[in-house]
Amino acid sequence: MSQRAKQRSGWSAALVVVVIASLVPVVWIVMLSLKTPTTVTDGSFIPHQWTLSNYKDIFNAGVFTSALRNSIGIALISTALAVLLASAAAYAIARLDFPGKRIILAVSLAVAMFPQVSLVGPLYNLWRQIGLYDTWPGLIIPYMTFALPLSIYTLSAFFREIPWELEQAAQVDGATPAQAFRKVIAPLATPGIATTFIIVFIICWNDFIFAISLTSTTKAETVPAAIALFPGVSQFTQPIGDIAAAAVVVTVPVMLLVILFQRRIVAGLTAGAVKG
Amino acid sequence: MAEIEFQDVTKRYPDGFEAVKHFNLDVPDGELMILVGPSGCGKSTALRMVAGLEDISDGELKIGGTVVNDRAPKDRDIAMVFQNYALYPNMTVRDNMGFALKLAKVPDEEINQKVSEAARVLDLEQHLDRKPANLSGGQRQRVAMGRAIVRNPSVFLMDEPLSNLDAKLRVQMRTEISRIQQRMNTTTIYVTHDQTEAMTLGDRIAVMRAGLLQQVGPPSELYAHPKNLFVAGFIGSPSMNFLPGDLESDRVRLPIGEVALPQELQQKLGAGPGGGRRGVIVGLRPEDFEDASLVGDRSRGTTFRAKIDVLESMGAEYYAYFVVESERVSSAELEELAQDAGAADLPHSHEGSQVVARLDAASKVRQGEELELWFNSWHLHLFDADSGQSLLADGSDREQAAPAPPASS
Repeated sequence: MSQRAKQRSGWSAALVVVVIASLVPVVWIVMLSLKTPTTVTDGSFIPHQWTLSNYKDIFNAGVFTSALRNSIGIALISTALAVLLASAAAYAIARLDFPGKRIILAVSLAVAMFPQVSLVGPLYNLWRQIGLYDTWPGLIIPYMTFALPLSIYTLSAFFREIPWELEQAAQVDGATPAQAFRKVIAPLATPGIATTFIIVFIICWNDFIFAISLTSTTKAETVPAAIALFPGVSQFTQPIGDIAAAAVVVTVPVMLLVILFQRRIVAGLTAGAVKG
Repeated sequence: MAEIEFQDVTKRYPDGFEAVKHFNLDVPDGELMILVGPSGCGKSTALRMVAGLEDISDGELKIGGTVVNDRAPKDRDIAMVFQNYALYPNMTVRDNMGFALKLAKVPDEEINQKVSEAARVLDLEQHLDRKPANLSGGQRQRVAMGRAIVRNPSVFLMDEPLSNLDAKLRVQMRTEISRIQQRMNTTTIYVTHDQTEAMTLGDRIAVMRAGLLQQVGPPSELYAHPKNLFVAGFIGSPSMNFLPGDLESDRVRLPIGEVALPQELQQKLGAGPGGGRRGVIVGLRPEDFEDASLVGDRSRGTTFRAKIDVLESMGAEYYAYFVVESERVSSAELEELAQDAGAADLPHSHEGSQVVARLDAASKVRQGEELELWFNSWHLHLFDADSGQSLLADGSDREQAAPAPPASS
């Protein structure tokens, strides 16, 4: 075997290991969700009795469907707001020279680095006092805030790639700055905006810590929080099958998004890193 | 249709750098004015001030008699062709060209008609539904032109529109632009760093250096009567040769011999300052040299012998290079020109000045051999060694140049 072939097979083996390591838990959860409650703990990987009852259960219970509704609504609204605000901010950062530009970027980075856990306690008290506890805005505000720095970073990288002359050409052609942004810059930045949207959406969708701390009822509980609080059949049984089924249901949209937009997301994460 | 007037226009950047200094220029209606100069001379800045893409720090800019200093680009009725074309990549050629009209809420039918007309003029008809990314450089350039002419604006601004094309296409587009401009008869300001483009294209040329206007005039005037060393060195290709000289009342002593000044030049020099001996810089255009054996009447010039170091045959003519033993002519203006041309990096020949002569193809000149050369002393250019100003400028158009005292008459 030549040196190259050896190297290749080495890499392939490593790849297989990594893929198995990351896929096994997913498959395992899927298998768990297809087991009947009595066989859940039998230790076998492949169910002896296949069933969809877990899925039926969670959709019939009401807790899960309302959580799903909350999750979709809250994640979408937070993401939309974050992307909207971030594109304005990123555009200004990419285009304008104003005092304090660096400081704004530095502060937004600092926000991103702030450990979320340390904020949950104060937010819990604050939200209860001003009546935001267990409401949609109560989750949307922190989600949006934590998503903004990342969005500003990715978007400003995209905006920087768009030649400034295009905008000047639009201005000379008779466009107002708003028209120039809407008709020329925004369409060109669509891939960037879409990428940012997806990344932020996934962050909001997957959040557990804010969801579990700042909500208490089906009014605003999102799926990750709801799953954790699934009631068992009795006090002494774990609703493992239901949890597995719910986990599969919430993972599927994220996986689909990632698979569909994989290339864009990678491009977004590395945008501006190398000059294209 | 509009006249453009710069009145004492200055561009100052926040760091204090003045890109354009007290710029005065009138571009009459329908004229094609070329702004030319080495990179960094402020020509693009001047253009962008007309477009409204740069603020004007001082002075007034008028288009069609109205001060437009504070008007947004969209309210100036201008069209601009950018150096990199700045076509909207997300739109088809048709939409690119119709964008301005669409913004102006022109009815679709009229847009379509105007776009197809422009496309016909520019030979873009079969490309109307393609995206800019799928076009060649020349086609993109034509789309950029089309975007400008579709609107029928009162002013065209062009910022080095041909510099991204290859040499052959550039010549072709140059005539195209000239044709379009003449047909539309729209006031145009055209920025370039290429003096050939400036000479061939412009009704008038404005030469700029370091933010200052050096000379304005028709190409022939700039060529024949440059006001200073900078213009003399910038206009013309190959560029003018400069030699140090000693000026006496009726003659000038050059390293290649003594030249009697023709009556006409003496008159232009006037009484001159004092009339005594003084150091000057003498400019000789390569085309004012000739192989002495081909010159019938040698009385209008002077002959001398030189060893030809390098001979370039251009087919219709020769470029003969030789070295004249003398001190090197030194002047800030010439240094700057050399720097712009990249010549500053070349090793200097310390023993003298290099001179280029343009000789007729009938010449029997050989590389490395000595040759008798003749030059036309009627076409000598004389410059003050200190100020670099021409000693022959007749002053008839002096009011257009940078600060000059008002005529005393």
